[in-house]
Amino acid sequence: MGAPVATPPASTGPTAAPPKQPTKAVEGSATWQLSDRIGLAICWALGLLFCAIAVAIVVYLLIQGLTYLKLSMLVTPATAGFSQSQTGGFSDALIGTLIVGTMGIAIALPVGIAIAVWLVEYGRPAGLARITESTIEAIAGIPSIVLALFGTVIFSSTALGFLSRTTEGIVFGRSFFAASTMLSLVALPLVVASVREGLNAIPQHVREASYAVGKTKIATVRRILLPTARPQVATGAMLGLGRIIGDTAIIVVLLGATQNFAPVGSTFPLNYLRGAGTTLTNFVYEASPTGNLNQPQKAYAAAFVLLLMVLALNAAVDVVHRRARKAGTWSH
Amino acid sequence: MEPLVTPSPPPIRRLPLEGSAPATEVAPPPVSTNGDGASAPSGFTAAKRSISAPQFSIRRMEIDDLSVSYATREAVKSVSMPVRQGEVLSLIGPSGCGKTTLLRSLNRLTELTRTATLSGRILLDDIDIRLIEPTLLRRRVTMVFQQPNPFPMSVFDNIAYVLREQGSRRQRKKALEPKVHSALERAGLFEEVKDNLDHPALRLSGGQQQRLCIARALAAEPEVLLLDEPCSALDPQSTQVIEDLIVKLRDDVAVVIVTHNLQQAYRIADHVAFMYLGELVEYGSATALFNSPREQRTREYVSGAFG
Repeated sequence: MGAPVATPPASTGPTAAPPKQPTKAVEGSATWQLSDRIGLAICWALGLLFCAIAVAIVVYLLIQGLTYLKLSMLVTPATAGFSQSQTGGFSDALIGTLIVGTMGIAIALPVGIAIAVWLVEYGRPAGLARITESTIEAIAGIPSIVLALFGTVIFSSTALGFLSRTTEGIVFGRSFFAASTMLSLVALPLVVASVREGLNAIPQHVREASYAVGKTKIATVRRILLPTARPQVATGAMLGLGRIIGDTAIIVVLLGATQNFAPVGSTFPLNYLRGAGTTLTNFVYEASPTGNLNQPQKAYAAAFVLLLMVLALNAAVDVVHRRARKAGTWSH
Repeated sequence: MEPLVTPSPPPIRRLPLEGSAPATEVAPPPVSTNGDGASAPSGFTAAKRSISAPQFSIRRMEIDDLSVSYATREAVKSVSMPVRQGEVLSLIGPSGCGKTTLLRSLNRLTELTRTATLSGRILLDDIDIRLIEPTLLRRRVTMVFQQPNPFPMSVFDNIAYVLREQGSRRQRKKALEPKVHSALERAGLFEEVKDNLDHPALRLSGGQQQRLCIARALAAEPEVLLLDEPCSALDPQSTQVIEDLIVKLRDDVAVVIVTHNLQQAYRIADHVAFMYLGELVEYGSATALFNSPREQRTREYVSGAFG
């Protein structure tokens, strides 16, 4: 053949320049049907609407709260009086919220973790596991006022009289013990669900890797599985806590909903825990225009504090998850 | 202070039966560096063997007529073969042929599957492994998995976890340091991570994670090391590093490796067992099995006719 000609830049074949990438990888809606476009518009509208509602609530409470909240309210207990300037603050309610939150989650967290670990890691006999699961779901579905009513039956029994005020053999059945115990049931399903989710997300081969170096199941749970699921444990605890401090029905029925602490006996701190009391939710209810106190400004102030607590919990959940993502995970 | 590196030649730990020192059982297979001279050419395009003949070889485990079924499906059908220290044994075969099940039976991990039933015997130094407490057995026969799965804690703690008693946290960091270092050293990872022992293990690269898993398995001072496709999730370079490591380890521990990669089996194994549909089709030295297989199915498999 002839002398090799200088090869022109190949337009085809293996040395061809790669075809130009389409500049826009996102699918446009130009080809969509009308119904799809309407659907998308509705989704957008609803999304924006919910954002607007949430923002409105927070902003409104923020303004009201900042207007009416005085720091003195956080440290003064409620007192009887004829005008809003005389009735004090809501320190008892604030402390009450902290107490039921702490006690409720202190019961719900260990029990919830234990149930979740048993369900995910043991779960035998299978029938019992199924029953446990449905029981947890049932508890999650029971309205808290019904739980509260049931709680009065339990905590008014003579056997549990030591947990609340007892006069002439009649058990009052209302105390921080009673309320916290029933409130822990409100938080329990959330804790169980969250911890289960965390445990289920751990690949099976990670458990086996622990068994394969001679570790027992219980050691694996304690040292590998629960520490791995820590973000979800924390999430469950905080969601549960949010539910506890937001509950009103159980407080009204089982805590007595007095506006101040009503300690029983003299051994601190048991005297307070055995006595009746109140929480922020109940204070908001009583101080709202429909309540007995009817001092809406203080209701706003207390609601604002409550909202801050819930928002702080949500933020904490976020931080925990972000930190967990940073620690890395297995490729599945 | 004890030396961090295992002295060479490494001591053989926990030999079977006092008094009677076991002699080398099989003559080291003749090593031909390539596939020529085979009587019945298999068509296997051989890679380079990266190992020399074993210096010694001692029978540690004995699989005797082992069958494993999951519910009604028989995954392993009366398989018998020895596992020797000083050698690398490779299990090959198409997916679902029972190699992983066989491997997991060696440290009783199959028992964790509820539907699994075993028959036959597996002996470790002439003792039926069913008589050995599972957690003890699994410290003597440790395993590395297909997916790198370091625990979500620091590099140091990954090894320390193995060294500590079950769930306890006793034994301070200082006390464990030499052993942790030596385990990382044996897995060829120490130089890379020595400044970052506190870093989360899941932040290491895939190859480093897998070597950490090997270090973790070695930290228990095992006698047999099981590897279930340890390189299948890794890039060629990390694979190379781990293969070199496996070959280095064979004098210390009996190594059993399951692999899908025939080239890899040829590169690093002394003995190869080809399994098909739960049966052991052929067991022999790597060179013999790849270059002059006795069985028709083996020949077809190593030449790539199916897989």
